[in-house]
Amino acid sequence: MIEFHIEPRSGVAPYLQLVHQVRQALRLGLLHEGDRLPKVKDVAAKVAINPNTVLKAYRQLENEGLVSPKPGVGTFVTGTLGEPATSEHEPLRQELRRWLASARAAGLDPESIEALFRQTFRSTVEEER
Amino acid sequence: MTAIVETRALTKRYGRRTALADCTLTVPAGRVVGLVGPNGAGKSTLLQLACGLLTPTSGTVEVFGRPPAADGAQLGRVGFVAQDTPTYAALTVADHLRLGAKLNPRWDAALAERRVRQLGLDPTQRSGRLSGGQRAQLALTLAVAKRPELLLLDEPVAALDPLARRAFLQSLMEFVAESESQATVVLSSHLVSDLERVCDHLIVLAGSRVQADGEIDDLLATHFRLTTARRDTDTLPAGMRVVNAEHTERQSTFVVRAERAVDDPSWVMEPLGLEDLVLAHLTADPRPVLEPQR
Repeated sequence: MIEFHIEPRSGVAPYLQLVHQVRQALRLGLLHEGDRLPKVKDVAAKVAINPNTVLKAYRQLENEGLVSPKPGVGTFVTGTLGEPATSEHEPLRQELRRWLASARAAGLDPESIEALFRQTFRSTVEEER
Repeated sequence: MTAIVETRALTKRYGRRTALADCTLTVPAGRVVGLVGPNGAGKSTLLQLACGLLTPTSGTVEVFGRPPAADGAQLGRVGFVAQDTPTYAALTVADHLRLGAKLNPRWDAALAERRVRQLGLDPTQRSGRLSGGQRAQLALTLAVAKRPELLLLDEPVAALDPLARRAFLQSLMEFVAESESQATVVLSSHLVSDLERVCDHLIVLAGSRVQADGEIDDLLATHFRLTTARRDTDTLPAGMRVVNAEHTERQSTFVVRAERAVDDPSWVMEPLGLEDLVLAHLTADPRPVLEPQR
């Protein structure tokens, strides 16, 4: 069983924080297929958050195919996070390095590069949604 | 979506002073609604109008589709915890439970006793000798044991230390999660970070008017801080509504409402935390900036 927490100053919607924490627990191997997520009522009372927030997080995880509810029993982990093998990382890193070098060559300082990356990343993620 | 509380042009005046002006809003069923605003914004007035302790000067307020406090049955469906969670100082904890049982037809004695046990309250203790946190929990116990479908709480945690505050909110969320057809809660607070935890809907009151009203996730997803070289408000693209604008000689900082962030090399457009979002609305024009979301 995992425990949730909420960081109010993070700027991330509370339900997304719960989603991230489940995903993280899956990545770290703290949650496995077949495990039950804490009951909505228990999370609400323990973390002092709205039960709707917990429900919304569980629904989102369900949409992602990571969990599925069994009525009257609870919500169970059904999926794993299929991270691409780390061998995939290296070519991507090299591409990123080349991109960073051309950004520097274009005269961008590290902060503008970071801002550009963050903005592009965010809008791409939003478009994909 | 069923409306539990519905107000239309609700106005309350005390002599010349306007406590609440032209307030039109809907509290949807099964939500935990946060009511936020500075002192004197009309939060207590709105809550007292909704539970029937006050009558409107003009406009209407309906609870479950009827005037508040219309009869005993209506009163039984609404729980109200007034500001500073008052209890009867001379009565013991057990006296309070007895009072609750005699006054409320739907009283859940088992729930009340279980909560008193869980909280570690001594039934023979006079409530005047309880700590602030314990008194608040006793007041909440009385309110939830009547099994209300609508629970109104006026600044319940304002006077509590962080530990007692968290414990109170835990109890409140436990009640919400346990209530059969999920109860609707309206609670006022200055503490936006608390409201962000426990609420899914937010109403911002300022200058006795509703400044913003909506689901918290929607509000967060559609408000941005936009920083740019100094420019006039009306030069911003259509589709952005300015909530608040601040200018220095060179720079303009806007809080805008928009469907999504717009990439433009001439500005930085970033999401806004709930606290800053609320503050932007509190320092906005006195006229309503947002239409209530239905």
